[in-house]
Amino acid sequence: QGKFTLLGDTRTDGSFLVHHFLSFYLRAGCKVCFVALLQSFSHYNIVAQKLGVSLAAAKERGQLVFLEGLKSCLDLLFGEEEEQSGQPSPLQFISESASDLKALFDFVRMSLTPTSSDSWKGPVLLVDDLSVLLSLGARPVAVLDFIHYCRVAVCSQLKGNIVVLVHSNEDSEDEENELVVNSLCHHSDLILWVEGLATGFCKDVHGQIKIIRRASLELTAEQDLVQIYQYKIQDKNVTFFARGLSAAVL
Amino acid sequence: LVFTEEDKYGLYSNFLFKYFLAEGVVCGHELVVASAKEHPDNILKELPAPLLDDTYRNELGEEATAVKSEDFQDSMKIAWRYQNLPKMEASPTTSTKFGHYYDVSKTMSPELFQSIKWHSFYLPEELSSQPKMKTCNMNSAYTRLLQSIQRIIYQEGFDGSDPQKKQKNILRIGIQSLGSMLWGDDICSSDTPEDIHSLTKFLYVLRGLLRKSLSACIVTVPAHLIQNKAIMERVTNLSDIVVGLESFIGSERETNPLYKDYHGLVHVHQIPRLNSLICDVSDTKDLAFRLKRKLFAIERLHLPPDLSDTVSRASKQDLAESAKLLSSGCGAMAIGKKHLDF
Repeated sequence: QGKFTLLGDTRTDGSFLVHHFLSFYLRAGCKVCFVALLQSFSHYNIVAQKLGVSLAAAKERGQLVFLEGLKSCLDLLFGEEEEQSGQPSPLQFISESASDLKALFDFVRMSLTPTSSDSWKGPVLLVDDLSVLLSLGARPVAVLDFIHYCRVAVCSQLKGNIVVLVHSNEDSEDEENELVVNSLCHHSDLILWVEGLATGFCKDVHGQIKIIRRASLELTAEQDLVQIYQYKIQDKNVTFFARGLSAAVL
Repeated sequence: LVFTEEDKYGLYSNFLFKYFLAEGVVCGHELVVASAKEHPDNILKELPAPLLDDTYRNELGEEATAVKSEDFQDSMKIAWRYQNLPKMEASPTTSTKFGHYYDVSKTMSPELFQSIKWHSFYLPEELSSQPKMKTCNMNSAYTRLLQSIQRIIYQEGFDGSDPQKKQKNILRIGIQSLGSMLWGDDICSSDTPEDIHSLTKFLYVLRGLLRKSLSACIVTVPAHLIQNKAIMERVTNLSDIVVGLESFIGSERETNPLYKDYHGLVHVHQIPRLNSLICDVSDTKDLAFRLKRKLFAIERLHLPPDLSDTVSRASKQDLAESAKLLSSGCGAMAIGKKHLDF
């Protein structure tokens, strides 16, 4: 409860973790607000079906609030002149010069605040992925503010969890992105970092994942616990194994 | 969204661009051609002519049989274990018949154009009209292009808005030399451009348009001119496929014996991972291209055997350097630290 999980990837694609968390929380019966900035709804739906969860059904019964970034950006830019009554678009910062993400935060807060008819377990905010916000013109400070407000609202007040995906490269020249990622690393309770093998490309082992449990954030003076596993992605599943013990080797 | 990094002089990326459009003509898709450099009419006049199936297959068949007969004559004596391995195919797609082949020495006949519908966007002509959509701080040329594309998608019903339309067709969009100075963007000329978000915003909105409709798009960008590498990283993140072409013209690799058969290298930086957890990665990562008399071919890069007696130290080091740079892998599958790749 109240945990902030950071998913990161370096030179590979960590989105399989996003799919996993999405189906995990939906199956657990939590109310999920998914801010999907990079792909369309049908992409996530098809993968989720392979993992055994139906996103469309979850949306119907109100368990899933799905913000499809691509679609709402189009609605914002190509929408008709007459504004619909009601809330402004969550991605308003794209068209306005004031680059704060307040509208996006309001959207998140409103969708996760429990109504009287809700019977779900704790709320969850899922973001895929945060680096896109920088590409769209948000300043890094605005992105960090947004995450901070979300943490206060979701983790502290509503006792929910947040899972965020970011991209980062080792010798990246994207300083704004590195700033955001470093800052988030310091504030996360759990970091799952996906990267390639140090020895290069391999067909059987797709990469390795580093799991860091930030025990140092709690008041007990413990060290962070770091575990490293390697993984292979299959069509419906991801198998994890200890380093060097892939099925192809044994 | 196919994102192509142009080679230095834009020669070879033009071929890819034209192939994409030519395939659209042959398949009967609708086309949108956008450029700030050349008038789209001229671009379309220069599309390569499709090869009729029979002639090409004959050519290919001849080559294959010629090689095979040589093979059977001498079986291997020293490396006899290798004889049992399947013969490696130089071009990965000889077995499957997907798409069409084109003859670059001839241009497409105008009759083929008559049957398809195409739209053009030539920036100097469009500058006079006013954009109707909200500008959102994006470059005005990009804004106009997006508006034009959106209008075409909507009017021709590619986004499913018109249920009366029985025939479903695909829209192929080709955008040439995006990000260059001709589009009014200064990311290619200065280290700290005025608006670094224009290109990325454009790509994001374009991605939204493509996802919403039945269309595919190829964008070529003079990546070697973009000073700010952060933009390239963001752009890679926003595209589905990223392919870079590196030609050997004017670089020291032109005289490198390693590359004597080829005109350049193909770097695949990213392949799409759509609708599934994994993507389909081919076995080989080292691709090179060459311009034959009639064909623009992309093949696996063969290292020639190191047979010379008097190999100087310098050239051996060169070969090792190039071999290191070869297998850097692509971004969808994880790649490791550079110096350990072999």
